[in-house]
Amino acid sequence: MISAASIIFIVVGMIVMMVSNSMPTISRFGLAFLTGSEWKPADGVFGALPFIYGTIVSSLIALIISVPISLGIAIFLTEQAPKKIAAPISFMVELLAAIPSVVYGLWGIFVLAPFIRDHLGVFLETYLGWIPVVGQLFQGRLTGIGMLTGGIILALMTTPIITSVVRDILEVVPNTQREAALALGATKWETTMIVLGNAASGIAGAVVLGLGRALGETMAVTMVIGNSPQISASLFEPAYTIASVLAANFAEATDELYLSALIEMGLVLFLVTFVVNAFAKLLIMSVASGKAGAKNV
Amino acid sequence: MKTTLLLTLLTLASIIGASCSGQPFGNNNANTAAGGTISILGSGASFPEPVYEKWMNEYGKLNPNVRIDYQATGSGAGQKAIKENTSDFGASDDPMKDEDLKGTQVIHIPTVLGAVVLTYNLPEVKERLKLSPEAIAGIYLGNIKKWNDPKIRADNAEVNLPDTEISPVYRADSSGTTAVFTDFLSNANSEWKNKIGANKQPSWITGVGAGAKGNDGVMGQVKNIPNSIGYVEIAFAKANDLPTALIKNKSGKFVEASIENVSAAAAGSVKDMPEDLRTRITNAEGENAYPISSYTYILVNKEQPDDVKGKALVDFLWWAVHDGEKFTSDLHYAPLPDEVVKKVEEKLKTITSNGTALRQ
Repeated sequence: MISAASIIFIVVGMIVMMVSNSMPTISRFGLAFLTGSEWKPADGVFGALPFIYGTIVSSLIALIISVPISLGIAIFLTEQAPKKIAAPISFMVELLAAIPSVVYGLWGIFVLAPFIRDHLGVFLETYLGWIPVVGQLFQGRLTGIGMLTGGIILALMTTPIITSVVRDILEVVPNTQREAALALGATKWETTMIVLGNAASGIAGAVVLGLGRALGETMAVTMVIGNSPQISASLFEPAYTIASVLAANFAEATDELYLSALIEMGLVLFLVTFVVNAFAKLLIMSVASGKAGAKNV
Repeated sequence: MKTTLLLTLLTLASIIGASCSGQPFGNNNANTAAGGTISILGSGASFPEPVYEKWMNEYGKLNPNVRIDYQATGSGAGQKAIKENTSDFGASDDPMKDEDLKGTQVIHIPTVLGAVVLTYNLPEVKERLKLSPEAIAGIYLGNIKKWNDPKIRADNAEVNLPDTEISPVYRADSSGTTAVFTDFLSNANSEWKNKIGANKQPSWITGVGAGAKGNDGVMGQVKNIPNSIGYVEIAFAKANDLPTALIKNKSGKFVEASIENVSAAAAGSVKDMPEDLRTRITNAEGENAYPISSYTYILVNKEQPDDVKGKALVDFLWWAVHDGEKFTSDLHYAPLPDEVVKKVEEKLKTITSNGTALRQ
């Protein structure tokens, strides 16, 4: 009971502290802080939109890449692979989850950034760049440092988390369900689909967990995203995330307004995470109520 | 369950209690008495950290009873630390602004001189690039987009410059290095002065270049991205074996960031040094003066709350600007010119505790 109460106390305490410490910018800019796209600390102009955009888009790229891969690995491990193969692969996935983010960042700058500049980026520009509208995502300055690299690093970091949670969930789906499906004449693949359907809410939860890591990741992203507060259609261009701007500037933010702006950014990140989580919960609830079996998982 | 919680709380409480009572800084007299050791804490600029560490180490050998620690937290944090008295001394590459000095009794002690260099990644270019302030400003303003732009070619006739886009890299965090770099460009280029100006964290032009955190962050990007250019403290470029450009100085000569040329910049500006020693020496007069040079400062309070500790600090600084200067060149810093050492001596003599000078 006390432990549970302490959680509420910590959350409320954090919100109160952040709101009171960011009062100077809240009262000065109001909602314009959220919609402003200019971030010029030297001139006392603070607009958080490029950072919100960068945070959400980089996390979306991460999920678009990591969710299918993670699901694939998890399905292979639980439904198809023999134990002898599954055990070492599971172990390696968990090992990946334990690598510190600064190592991912270093790898990103030394290996991934040159690869994207020389190969992946060129490929995307050649084969997808010509498509109207969508093509804009893959045009522009290709330096290897930018939104796409940040998103891919995040995908790598979220994959092990999503994989291991999904695998655990699939493992607890009762075997009787698989047997029942097979007995009714379903193919192996149809059986897997039934299992996935029953585990849907758990899988959605795993994705939210991965998203949480992507939204809040700091070090690795700071090292590869380019740290430039701009909103650009191109994924090759540098961007900036909320967590990165906090990491890069907190120690050196000496004047009151700047510090207040950074704290308000922290508050914004808190709210973005909150909204995303709430949205995911709603999604899970709607999926769960549609499928009777899902509640068992 | 309840016992665990209780234990956790107790542990937490004891940790908090211990960390409060064991605070190494502050202006109480108690901490100087322990075991006869005087401990002094400094924090601030990361640029002079190697030489400060060397000094503290050497000085510790000569005076085993004095223990000095230094935390490289950044210039801005160093200024904050001395203002809020969380350190015994602060350190900053950027002299404090008038409005920040108001109501404090902080004095500036220049310690060594350093240089900011332009380093680039052009694998196919073997010759050393020559860059004018106009070219550098053009690159960072986004006016010069390609390496074979006429403005760069004009100074590098013998170099076969590639037809590739330039990727400028700047510091994403607030930094003394940026302050020196932008101060140089503001002094040497009017368009830069009007559009960006001199600042620890200026408003960079949107869509030009990418930001990286710290000298090492900029170094990492320049090293890994062909056709990029970035500015770092000289020691970082030397340590990473990356080429550095020759920069055009005020007298029109292209000079390298050697210790002699940095000293020349200091010598050329010594006559303009104000009484409080706060000065910038970018784009200085002198035939060989390297134009992106800078003093770095230690910030101390004029009135020391503790006479034993204050005396130890003043003695250390006195030693640093005299005997300590011989350790600077190995670490790529330039020593203070003699005239400046004299001015520093005068300044150190003004530091007092309870109204009496700590060094005559």
